[in-house]
Amino acid sequence: MKRRKLDLAQAPAAFGRGVDERFQAATPLRGLLNKVFPDHWSFLLGEIALFSFIVLLLTGTFLTLFFDPSMKEVAYQGAYPALRGTEMSAAYESTLRLSFEVRGGLFMRQMHHWAALLFMASIVVHMSRIFFTGAFRKPRETNWAIGVTLFLLGFLAGFTGYSLPDDGLSGTGLRIASAIMLSIPVVGTWLSASIFGGEFPGHLIIGRFYIAHVLLIPGILLALITVHLGLVFKQKHTQWPGPMRTNTNVVGERMFPRYALKQGGFFMSVFGVIALMAGLFQINPIWLFGPYRASEVSSASQPDWYVMFMDGLVRLMPSWQLYIGDYSIPPLFWPAVVGLGALTTVPMFYPFIESRRLKDKQIHNLLQRPRDNPERTGIGAMAFTFFLIATISGGNDVIADKFHISLNAMTWVGRIGLLVLPPLAYFVAVRICLGLQQHDREVLAHGVETGIIRRLPSGQFVEIHQPLGPVDDHGHPVPLEYGGWVVPKKMNRLGALAPAVKGFFFPVEKPTEAPVSPGMPPVSPREEREEITSAR
Amino acid sequence: MTTVHHEATDAGGEPVDVRDPRLSRFEIVKEGARRDDIEIVTYESQFQGHNSKAERRVVRNIALLFLIAFLGGLAFVIFYIAWPWQFELGSTLSDYYTPILGLTLAVALFGIGFAILAWAKKLLPHEVSIQRRHDQPSPSDEQLITGQTMLFVADELGVQRRPLLKGAVALGVLPLGVAAAAPLIGGLIENPHKDDPPMMFSTGFNQAFNGGKPVRLTRADGSPIRPEDVSTGGQMTVFPGIPGGATNEWADSPTLLIHLRSDDAQETRQAADADRRNKGSMWGDYVAYSKICTHAGCPASLYEQQTNRLLCPCHQSQFMITRNAQPIFGPATRRLPMLPLDVDEEGFFVAKSDYKDTVGPDFWERP
Repeated sequence: MKRRKLDLAQAPAAFGRGVDERFQAATPLRGLLNKVFPDHWSFLLGEIALFSFIVLLLTGTFLTLFFDPSMKEVAYQGAYPALRGTEMSAAYESTLRLSFEVRGGLFMRQMHHWAALLFMASIVVHMSRIFFTGAFRKPRETNWAIGVTLFLLGFLAGFTGYSLPDDGLSGTGLRIASAIMLSIPVVGTWLSASIFGGEFPGHLIIGRFYIAHVLLIPGILLALITVHLGLVFKQKHTQWPGPMRTNTNVVGERMFPRYALKQGGFFMSVFGVIALMAGLFQINPIWLFGPYRASEVSSASQPDWYVMFMDGLVRLMPSWQLYIGDYSIPPLFWPAVVGLGALTTVPMFYPFIESRRLKDKQIHNLLQRPRDNPERTGIGAMAFTFFLIATISGGNDVIADKFHISLNAMTWVGRIGLLVLPPLAYFVAVRICLGLQQHDREVLAHGVETGIIRRLPSGQFVEIHQPLGPVDDHGHPVPLEYGGWVVPKKMNRLGALAPAVKGFFFPVEKPTEAPVSPGMPPVSPREEREEITSAR
Repeated sequence: MTTVHHEATDAGGEPVDVRDPRLSRFEIVKEGARRDDIEIVTYESQFQGHNSKAERRVVRNIALLFLIAFLGGLAFVIFYIAWPWQFELGSTLSDYYTPILGLTLAVALFGIGFAILAWAKKLLPHEVSIQRRHDQPSPSDEQLITGQTMLFVADELGVQRRPLLKGAVALGVLPLGVAAAAPLIGGLIENPHKDDPPMMFSTGFNQAFNGGKPVRLTRADGSPIRPEDVSTGGQMTVFPGIPGGATNEWADSPTLLIHLRSDDAQETRQAADADRRNKGSMWGDYVAYSKICTHAGCPASLYEQQTNRLLCPCHQSQFMITRNAQPIFGPATRRLPMLPLDVDEEGFFVAKSDYKDTVGPDFWERP
């Protein structure tokens, strides 16, 4: 048979066959298209971090085209009149040029900075989600450790990044970084001299931070993010408990068509939020800070928010110097070196600590509600409170100034709060968890409160409960077992009462669906509604 | 492991012949899912009937969102090109350049993002699929085989049996490992104590940097200072009067020169004279302290005239000027060093000598 004409309709199939003959792609590709992902809003927090990282790579590449990582002193002659004639480093000068004399340069710079802040914020929130729901348990301990490392790398990327413009604020940060290095026992002076190439500030540090910021740290970040996602892919995502959901399956949507499409839309939306913030909210206006001078600093010199907890810890540290013979360890060492080291390494081992304590060697693919593991939730609340107090203390001078509080009082509140409030948070969180657990069990045993009071012939008043399951011969509900998922607690959740009015412009006249589990249609249609009366 | 497992194990029953021409495309997809251990439990349209009114409305809305995205993107390009963007002093149109870029780009991105989301969430059928996990460990004989294979590799190399090779490998590889690290460490490492005068313990006020002559106190522009230039209760940041003395080359040298009121000066002199190192360092009612905080090296620049306190804005260490700049609050442990002051024959301030204490943040081997 001879074929002269190319059959266009057959072309894709022929192309596909050709590809498969060469790469044997058909089976793995089908597996990829079919892969099932569970769906819940809290699973998207990590995606925000990933999408911000993509924006960081894109905008960062643009910035490198204009930035000059040099500490050579030049006299400014650019477009910003207030600084004309000022001596400054070429790094600062090129950042000013990027902000004022490159079309759209300021927009890109602000986009980069906002994306960095969002990156760190979403990492922290994502990690909290992982922690509080027990998603780090076997088999995902490795990925938890990688996640903690990603936070530390993000922290370093951020610090090296905002040090680059060599403005008044970033120079102050560098000075403190040098002091932190100096505080390390025995090797401190050697370490600082080696990194700065002599005494602070030297002539090399911007160039060295530059290559760390644009190549080394992003390279490691990219590699670790790849492994992180690869492991999520290989081990499959965790899911909430619910109907049909077991430890050995994944209930959700296939990657195509719906899931991947939603991801694409979500990426665009995250990108849109960053663009909006970059356009409307000024960030790091370096031209107001002036070039770095060792003799100048302004009040309210704060680092970016994810470094503030460190700054806060340094502020709260009492002036305890340790003397060992002729040598000494300055107080800066404890919060800045030991503290940061411990805060970024100890959490890595938490999965192993917990599994050892609970003697739990099982594989867990189902998430836990925070209330179902009160100790873990308490520890999380404790860590969070600690982080919060340290972060607030990082800006305690601004708070003292704006609210007319004594600065020393703020410091003392921070010092005492750092010790007292975390244990208190633990206690409160555990009590709340236990209370919520008990309420769940109560509803499962007795049913939902209807709000209807009945008076018995004896004169006694009782409230009528709507059982969630079958009842026994006496009309008492048969206690149900807790399934690890939301227990309906309101009559309109059961579709028994008119729904709460939903909708923004128009009321949505649909009965509220019981939160069986996300992505699930309601258990059964409930069209006819019957009014519950007090059965007089 | 729980056995309550759904039928998803066999993923909805019998394999089908995918070449059967009677099969719909969806049935072939289902067969593919079955082979991937997936059961498609529900896959149903969100609309009743084909091309319903509701469906057409959703389609129109999605198209509208794409249209908004188009307009946003177009506006971005137009404003990017046409809007005056060059910075000018005062409030001009160029102030709005960045906000406009942000707004238009956000409209374009949100338009596309929401369009895609609406497409996926409102138009595509609802789906519930169940996929079986495969997270059982490998069969025990597989584990055994892999373990034995690795041991076999070790056996074949025979490192255990050939102790000579073991030593030889270590001997040959070790220097190479060090050699790989050597340029990095060797190139970067700097001896902090190599200079003379030693950089960790000297500032620009060291006479060695001024040909053995006392160094003048100067302003940032290099002009020297007479005592009457600082009013009573006033203070001034001064730098060593050597070339580049006010630049970051001499980051440890910035000094705070304070003209105290006479009763405060009295108190300060008493405290200074009682101290071995600060004795005789004041000149008249003038005292000079290092501006570099002994805690983390920020300039301790907030001088509270009424209480004679010096506050470092970075970590709120507070130093008492009248008591040898002892730290009285905050994380600093060490007082600010005092610069021995004098006035030369021309009537300008000079430093009698360099600081007698180490300037700047503390470290391990500080004497």
